[in-house]
Amino acid sequence: MSVDLSQFHQVFFEESHEGLDIMESALLNIDVSNIDSETINEIFRAAHSIKGGSGTFGFNEIADFTHVVETLLDLIRSDQFVMQPDNVDLFLKSVDCIRTMINELEGGSTCDTEQANVLKQQFEVLLDGGFSGEPEQSDASETKVSAKDETGGNGWQIYFKPDIDILRTGNEPLRMFRELAELGELSVSAVTDEIPALGELDPEACYTAWNLTLWGDADESQVKEIFEWVVDESELTITPLSLGADRHAQTESPQEVSLEEPQVQDLTSNAAPQNLVSQNLVSKNVVPQAPKPERPKAEKKAGDAKKESKPESVSIRVGTDKIDNLINMVGELVITQSMLGEIGSDFTVENLPKLMAGLEQLSQHTRELQESVMSIRMLPISFAFSRFPRLVHDMSQNLSKKVELILQGENTELDKTVMERISDPLVHLVRNSLDHGIESPEQRLAAGKDEMGQITLSAFHQGGNIVIQIIDDGAGLNKDRILTKAIEKGLVSDSDHLSDEQIYDLIFRAGFSTAEAVTDISGRGVGMDVVRRNIQELSGSVEVESTPGSGSVFTIRLPLTLAILDGQLIRVGQNVYILPLISIIESIQSYDQAIHRVSGGCDILRLRDEYVPIVRLWEIFNVKPDSKKVEDGLLVVVECENIKVAILIDDLQAQQQVVIKSLNDNYTTVEGLSGATILGDGTVSLILDIGGLIKLAGVSKEQYKKVEHTDDSEAA
Amino acid sequence: MNTEEDGAIDPLNASIAEIKSGEASEQYLTFFMGKEEFGVDILSVQEIRGWEPVTPIPNSPEHVLGVMNLRGTVAPIIDLRMSFGIEERRYTEKTVVIVLTIPTEKKSKIIGVVVDAVSDVCSFTKSEIQPSPELTQTDQAQYVKGLGSTEDKMVILLQLTECLMAAPKGRDKQRQLKAG
Repeated sequence: MSVDLSQFHQVFFEESHEGLDIMESALLNIDVSNIDSETINEIFRAAHSIKGGSGTFGFNEIADFTHVVETLLDLIRSDQFVMQPDNVDLFLKSVDCIRTMINELEGGSTCDTEQANVLKQQFEVLLDGGFSGEPEQSDASETKVSAKDETGGNGWQIYFKPDIDILRTGNEPLRMFRELAELGELSVSAVTDEIPALGELDPEACYTAWNLTLWGDADESQVKEIFEWVVDESELTITPLSLGADRHAQTESPQEVSLEEPQVQDLTSNAAPQNLVSQNLVSKNVVPQAPKPERPKAEKKAGDAKKESKPESVSIRVGTDKIDNLINMVGELVITQSMLGEIGSDFTVENLPKLMAGLEQLSQHTRELQESVMSIRMLPISFAFSRFPRLVHDMSQNLSKKVELILQGENTELDKTVMERISDPLVHLVRNSLDHGIESPEQRLAAGKDEMGQITLSAFHQGGNIVIQIIDDGAGLNKDRILTKAIEKGLVSDSDHLSDEQIYDLIFRAGFSTAEAVTDISGRGVGMDVVRRNIQELSGSVEVESTPGSGSVFTIRLPLTLAILDGQLIRVGQNVYILPLISIIESIQSYDQAIHRVSGGCDILRLRDEYVPIVRLWEIFNVKPDSKKVEDGLLVVVECENIKVAILIDDLQAQQQVVIKSLNDNYTTVEGLSGATILGDGTVSLILDIGGLIKLAGVSKEQYKKVEHTDDSEAA
Repeated sequence: MNTEEDGAIDPLNASIAEIKSGEASEQYLTFFMGKEEFGVDILSVQEIRGWEPVTPIPNSPEHVLGVMNLRGTVAPIIDLRMSFGIEERRYTEKTVVIVLTIPTEKKSKIIGVVVDAVSDVCSFTKSEIQPSPELTQTDQAQYVKGLGSTEDKMVILLQLTECLMAAPKGRDKQRQLKAG
C-alpha cells in the first residue's frame, strides 16, 4: 500500500504554518499568572497536529522536537507544571524553530536540527526539573516521560492495551505489529483476560491486550512512532529489556558519542555520568543561557531560508458560506438563462418588456456573481496583522521600550495577492514607528506622556480602496532634521521652499535615512523608498502626516483587488486605451489661454493656480491622432507619485470595469502600459500606466518642480 | 500534385519507413511564406485561425503587429514574413494566423504568427532532417532547426523562440530613426 504522500506535503506545510500562527498568537496572549486552560488547549492542539502530520509524512526532525514541546504543554494543561514567564519565550522560540524547519523542508532542503536540539535540551531540563521538584506526580505520566528517549539496548518489552474502540477508529493492531517485526525479532503474546462471553461480545470492539517482546537495536523513537496514532487512547508501556544495563556498561563507545548529543542528556540509564545529573539539578527551572550566542545565527538562517524559498502559496481556503452563496447565484443565473431562452425561442413584440426584465435580471446576477467570485479572493486583513503582536513584543524588548499594539478593523477584507505583497511594507513601517517613532520610557515620562507607547494598526474601506493606517503616539517626524539631511544628501537645495507635507514626503526618497546610528532594526537608508515603491506597484499610495510631540500617521491606500479596475475609455485616432479612473483628477476642454508654450517644446497647462505639463499621447505612442493640435483635443489631468500631467487625447468614451490581463504573460512588459483587457466587443484594449507614461514623456519630478518654480517666478 | 490514391499510400509508406528505420518520426505543420515552405512541430500548434484586426502595441517592433483576444487570452501576433524578410502581402481574410505555444524558462507563451497559407502535415524521421547549412549571421538563422526533405520538396523546419518578439537588431534602429 504505497501512497505517494508527497502530494499532501503542501497541505501539511500550509496547515503547519496556520498551526504555528495559532500557537504564536495564543502564546502572546497568555497571562502567566492566570493561565486560561482554553488557551493552553489551543496551543496544545496546534502542536499536536503538527506533530501528527510531520510524523505521518516522515519529517521526524519536526515530529521529535514538537513531541517535547507537546509533552511540556500536556503537563501544563494537566496542572502538573507551573508555567513561568521564561517558558513563554521558550515556547515562542520553539515556534520559530519549527517554522524554520518547515520552511527548510518546504524549500526542499533538509532540516537543520542544531537549534532544535538546543531548545529540546532546555525543554528536557524543564521536564526533568518539573518532576523532581513536584513529587505528587501520578505514576502513569512519570513512566511515560521517564521512559522517553532511552536508547534501546538490545530490545524492548512492550505492553500494549489499546482502547476498546481502536478498530472502529480504523487502526489495525496487526499492521502495527507487522511494522514492529520489521525492526527486529518480535514475539507477541495476547492477553485475553478481558474478552467477554460470546453473547456479550461486540464484534467491532477490541478486548485484547498484548505483551510484545522486540529483540534488536531499534530506537525507542522508532518503536513509539509505530504507536504514534494510538498512543493517546491506549495504555502503552515500553521498557528496555533488562539485559540492557549490562550491555551499556560493555559498549562504552556509543555512550560517549551520545553524551555529546544534547538530546539524550536525560538518560535514565544507570550508566549516565554524575556530572550530568548535577547539571540538571542546578539548572532546574532555569532556562540555560547556552542558546544566547546561537540565536542571532539561527535568526539569520531563518531569514535566509525565507528569502530563498519564499513559497508562492498556491491554494486558498474559502469559507463554505461563500461557496454556498456562489452556488445559489449560479442557480439563479441558470434560471434566468432558461427564462431568456424561452422568451427567445418564440419571440413576439409583446414579450419585449419581459425580455428587458430578464436582461435586467441577468445583468444583476452577473454583477452579484462577479462580486462573490471576487470575494473568494478576499481575506480578512487579520492574516497580515497577525504577525505584528509578536514583532512588537520582540522588538520592544529588544529596544527596551514599552509599547502597546492596538489592532483595529482586523476583519476588513482584502485581496489575497494584495495582502501577500503588502505585509513586507507593513512590517517595515511598524518597525520604523517602533524604532524612530516611539521614544524610550524615560523620554516619554519627561515629555509628560504615558510610559507605555501606543502603535495602532487600523484598516478600513473607503470608496473602492482599503486604507491601512499605522499610527504611533511618539515624537513625530523631526522636520528640521529631515530637511538638513535632505540638503546634506543633495536631495533638495536649501533655497527650495518646501511645505511641511513636502518635507515629510522626503523620507520616502531613495537613499534617505535620519537614524543617527544604523540599528539592527532600521536605519539602513533603504526602506521607505522601497516601501513606497512596493505600494505603488500595487497601484496604491502611502502618505505620512505628523504632529511634533504627539506622533505620526502613515496612511496606505490600496485598491481592493488587482484583478479588476475601474477604467475610463479614451480614444486617440483609431486606438482605444483605458485610463485607471482612480488616477484621473479631471478632464477639461483645452482652450488657448490656458496653454503656455515653454521653450524646449514642453507645453504647460495652467490649471487654476497650478502648472501642469501636457503629454501628447499620440506622440509618445507614435500613433495617428485625429488632430495634432492641443486645442482640438481633450486634456485629462492625471496624477501619479504627486506629479500631475495633462494627457492630450481625442475623445473620452465610456467608463467601465475591466478585467486586467497581463501583457507580460505572452509578450513582454511595455513601457507606458500596465496591461490589457478585453472589451465587450471582444477586441483587446490596452491599459495605460500613468507612471510609465510620465517617464516616457520625460517629465521627471525635478523638472516638474523646476517648471513650477520658473513659472512662479515669471508670474511674480 | 497528389492524386487521392497517392494521399492514401503516402501515410502507409511513411509508417513503413518509420518501422524500417526504427525511429519515431516527428510531425510538422507546414506553411508557405513567399515561395518557401516552412514547418513547425505540430505539437506546438494550438490552432489555426483567420486574420482579424489586432490592437497595435505602441512602440513595439514593426513585425509585432499587436495583440489579439484568443478566447480570453491576450496574445501577441507577429508577422513571421516580416521577421524573415519575406515580401509582405496584404492582410486579407485568407491570411492565416498559426497560434503556437513557445516554451520559455518559466512557462510557455502563446503567440500567433502570420503566414501566407497553411499547406500540409508532414512526417519526417530524424534521418530525413538535415542540419541547416551554416547560414550567415542573420537573426533568422537561430530559428532554423534543420531542413526536412521528402522526395518532391524541401521544408525549412523552424524552432521559434521568445526572441522572435524582440526587435531585430538592424531594423530597430531604422525604426527609431523613423520615429524620431
